[in-house]
Amino acid sequence: MHLERRAQTSRALQLAAPLIAIAFTLAVSSLLVLWAGAPVGQAYALLVEGGFGSRFAWGETLTRATPLILTGLAAAVAFRARLFNIGAEGQLYVGALAAVAVGGLHGGNGFELSPWVLFPLMMLAAALAGALLLLGPALMKSRLGVDEVVTTLLLNFIVLLFVSMMLDGPMKDPTAMGWPQSVALQDALQLGKLIERSRVHTGLLGALVLAVLLWALLKFTTTGFQIRAVGANARASAFAGMPVGWVTVKVALLSGALAGLAGAIEVAGRTGYLTLDMSPGYGYSGIVIAMLAALNPLGVVAAAVFVAGILVGADSMSRAVNVPTYIADVIVSVSLLSMLVATLFAQYRIVFNRRVAHAG
Amino acid sequence: MTPALSLEGITKRFGSLVANDAISLTLDQGEVLALLGENGAGKSTLVSILFGHYRADEGSVQVFGEPLPPGQPKAALAAGIGMVHQHFTLADNLSVLDNVLLGTEPLWQPFSKRREARAALVETAQRFGLQVDPDARVAELSVGERQRVEILKALVSVGRRKGARILILDEPTAVLTPAEAESLFATLQQLVAQGLSVIFISHKLDEVLRVSHRIAVLRGGKLVATLPAAEADKAMLAELMVGRRVEMPRREPSAAVQQAEACRLRGATVRGANERAVLDGVSLSLHAGEIVAIAGVAGNGQQALAELLFGLRALDGGELRLQGKPMPARAGAWVQAGVARIPEDRHAVGVVGDLPMWENAVLERFATPVFSTLGVMKRGAARAHAQSLVDRYDVRGTQSTGVDTPTRALSGGNMQKLILGRALMTDDAAAPLLIVADQPTWGLDIGAVAYVHQQLLDACAKGSAVLLISEDLDEIFALADRIAVMHHGRLSEAKPAAQWTLTDIGLAMTGETAHAP
Amino acid sequence: MLAETLDLLLSVPFWVAVLRIATPLILGTLGVLLCERAGVLNLGIEGIMVAGAFAGWLAVYHGAGLWWGVLAAAAVGAAFGLLHGVLTVTLSLSQHVSGLGITLFATSIASYAYRVSFPKVDSPPTIQPFAEMTWLPIPVLNAQTPLSLLALLLVPLIGYGLYRTPIGLAVRMVGENPAAAEGQGLSVARVRIGAIVAGSALMGVAGSFLTLAAFNAFYFNMVNGRGWVCVALVVFASWRPGKALLGAVLFALFDALQLRLQQSGGGLFGIAVPYQVYLMLPYLLSIVALVVMARRAAYPQALMKPYRKGER
Repeated sequence: MHLERRAQTSRALQLAAPLIAIAFTLAVSSLLVLWAGAPVGQAYALLVEGGFGSRFAWGETLTRATPLILTGLAAAVAFRARLFNIGAEGQLYVGALAAVAVGGLHGGNGFELSPWVLFPLMMLAAALAGALLLLGPALMKSRLGVDEVVTTLLLNFIVLLFVSMMLDGPMKDPTAMGWPQSVALQDALQLGKLIERSRVHTGLLGALVLAVLLWALLKFTTTGFQIRAVGANARASAFAGMPVGWVTVKVALLSGALAGLAGAIEVAGRTGYLTLDMSPGYGYSGIVIAMLAALNPLGVVAAAVFVAGILVGADSMSRAVNVPTYIADVIVSVSLLSMLVATLFAQYRIVFNRRVAHAG
Repeated sequence: MTPALSLEGITKRFGSLVANDAISLTLDQGEVLALLGENGAGKSTLVSILFGHYRADEGSVQVFGEPLPPGQPKAALAAGIGMVHQHFTLADNLSVLDNVLLGTEPLWQPFSKRREARAALVETAQRFGLQVDPDARVAELSVGERQRVEILKALVSVGRRKGARILILDEPTAVLTPAEAESLFATLQQLVAQGLSVIFISHKLDEVLRVSHRIAVLRGGKLVATLPAAEADKAMLAELMVGRRVEMPRREPSAAVQQAEACRLRGATVRGANERAVLDGVSLSLHAGEIVAIAGVAGNGQQALAELLFGLRALDGGELRLQGKPMPARAGAWVQAGVARIPEDRHAVGVVGDLPMWENAVLERFATPVFSTLGVMKRGAARAHAQSLVDRYDVRGTQSTGVDTPTRALSGGNMQKLILGRALMTDDAAAPLLIVADQPTWGLDIGAVAYVHQQLLDACAKGSAVLLISEDLDEIFALADRIAVMHHGRLSEAKPAAQWTLTDIGLAMTGETAHAP
Repeated sequence: MLAETLDLLLSVPFWVAVLRIATPLILGTLGVLLCERAGVLNLGIEGIMVAGAFAGWLAVYHGAGLWWGVLAAAAVGAAFGLLHGVLTVTLSLSQHVSGLGITLFATSIASYAYRVSFPKVDSPPTIQPFAEMTWLPIPVLNAQTPLSLLALLLVPLIGYGLYRTPIGLAVRMVGENPAAAEGQGLSVARVRIGAIVAGSALMGVAGSFLTLAAFNAFYFNMVNGRGWVCVALVVFASWRPGKALLGAVLFALFDALQLRLQQSGGGLFGIAVPYQVYLMLPYLLSIVALVVMARRAAYPQALMKPYRKGER
């Protein structure tokens, strides 16, 4: 048996693909819930309720979704240009580190700068830090042909160790009773609440704006055109006169900056200070989100909210019934793989070998 | 005598396209049957079915009277069918012996019988007069040598694989010099003398008439004629292939005075990866209103020459001037200076397949004020331009989706028309200063070839200078005012076409003649 | 300082540590090597190692013999490999996406299974791991578990297999020019999937080393990036088994070195260096190795190019 391209892409299947993927995912995770000995219906009800069922639930989901939108955008723009940035986790942390470092200049630890000046500087520093971190692997890829998947991955480990080093040393908060965390940002530098009595902060607005801006960039601008062209066919783009190396650099800076901002916004909006466990893998989840969204910036927002809801819902579910939270990652990974397979069948179909009639 | 091959009613469809339509054919033992047809006529599909790469939807194949199980290359090989593909199926990083050995032993055998294989290879090579070194790495072989390895692969009896009794050659001379092609024809004679039957696929009418006993012509998926070679001539075959009389455009030799110089190369040198000169002291002058053709086998420096004139590469020595001015190695500058560029590989280099047609139509010029301002694309202007391009250059295949069609959905001919239009259609109606066309008709059917040739001639008549790089001598003699031959990075003098004979060119391509510098 | 380091490098306990650290890397790298030689990138290794670690440990916990545990790990690895093979070869999906998806899937499902089987306790349940091969007369080796011996033996075995057997030639050919393999009557899909399954089985065994030999319990975050290091090491090794061994040992060398330096107070030439720097070194060196080898990389030519049989 083998694959054969359909003469016409099946619109019906294309639209049905996400539904098929979700149905399959639900089937798989139902089995897991049963294994844990919990009632399936109740578990799912708790999951959906926990993620989307109340004002509080939405608050938690949107809070979780904020950094995921940004890391999702980072992955989407990079993957569009065939730059496989797996280092968003490290870029996130380095962005958070830079934000805290700059923000710490306010309130006694240096000269006094108005928060109106310092806040944008913080964000800029975070974006710059993330951008520069990805620039290295991007240049290594375009100049030396070194696969960026491995280099960005390894850098994640290096960055985490570096942050740990900083938190043990120069950036340690002396009042935190030995716990490695940074000095907290002054209130003036933290993001305000978007929805009262929830943890949703204005960073969400920032993330949404950036998603729209990225979409517009890709669709309407010459830079976006170059990014799409280079990602689809670098040789033809070079022939047409596009500066492929420079476009790759631009993409790397943009992608890294988005991930760096994710870190800064988490620190300024949710936690207030930097710790080692601030990100439960947001960088990696961003990749899955980008792929679920088929690399479309607006789709990233929807996918991020979906994934965040699942993560939050699974947490809440696991507190009520005996289902471990790891089911969330299972749901996300199975959705991704089944989504890919389902969309594939819109364009291809399986052909089993038929017996051919022998004449004469 | 049982025919070597007998096909009955072979039909194959790809979606709505009928690639082979009820084809019935025989190949007699000891004969060379030529399979003739344009690109897309169904030749490759038919032999792929024979070889088991595809399964026919209807029909059957018999090899020496025995039915052939469909869809299995293994079965075809066991039945004695060997295929020499057009695009060599050799692993560059492995040795000749490895390439030949593959697939001839049971997979689970714990060790490879290399010594026996080597002996069989050497013996077969000698029997057919094909010289090879079993331990050479394929990457280091010349094109002609690689083809010999491909042929040996099919012929040699190794392990439990018997050598082929039927050999299929798919466009074998596409990449050979005239001398190498001669050597191949001699080999074919040897093969037939040793009892092999051969199917020879080609679109080159001269060769087909020379080499084959019978000719089968395919057109639009159907077999339209089978006739002895002795009863055929080029005009008849061309008409059978196309279904109508084809007038191929030809350059009218004119006594025109040489016009303004558009481009000049003096002592141009380009160095490759290991400091070797890929282009060695090349001098050439291109004038408005003339067509200069560069003949030569691929790999002798044409790519570097093309890249220089596409603006993709810088000189390492010598000078290059466009209308008297030196040019930077920036494609954008060349496009703006009025150079129309047609690359060799339309799929991989000419267009970005995933993007819609209108974006490809403005791929080179999107940064100009016509199509964008302040970094924002003017989508309306771009789409309008694409639409008028499609109309003027007769780009087909856009049916319902129009200029939004993903470019990879276009056929080769239509893709080339899109590329031509993109290169030739400027804002004013003036013809481009210089047209650099690198193998512009490669892989196109006769109709598309005629179209491209006509476009080049028209542009030339309007005053463009045209540089045509081609491996098709027919094309070169049909179009060129002057011809120069490339060999090992050096360019011969560009003499008027009338002063070259086929023999001269053939010799110059191999570097042995007083004409070479 | 220098004398101390030399002493260290010549001491048997040091090399014992090196070989122990290298074992999962050797096995994992050989696994990736098999996949990539056949032309397929397998980024599922990190997850497969986790799943293999868990599966092996679970089997032994439930009373099976240690080698059955290893077999269980290999089987689990093979199963994930089959999934990756079907996704990337049969369905021609992106090798990057499939691999990363499988890493996430395998890791999360192993963690889930562990948590369901063993609710939170203060100290994780343990098993009796492999004993050291004290009966061997060879130094350094006689302080290792049989899995390390297996890893060392697999290197020449896989080398022989790749270069001297028909199946090895088939694997190399589908990684260089699949059309050539198809033209000689081989099924590219079967050979590729076979190589991926075999390679992934090795990755599973690499994971089981962690729970059945190096440690005696299953911890979350146990693999800690070793899988990714293996992917880097394959490039360093230019896809050759012998060099893979060399790369794994070199990496382990630096890892062991930084452990010792940490233990001995962390001083380097008198300056106190934070322990994180030592931990960073192996990863930094992997990147350096990649850069150095990039220029001369003899890539399997069909690596990461999907092969669609008979597509127009």
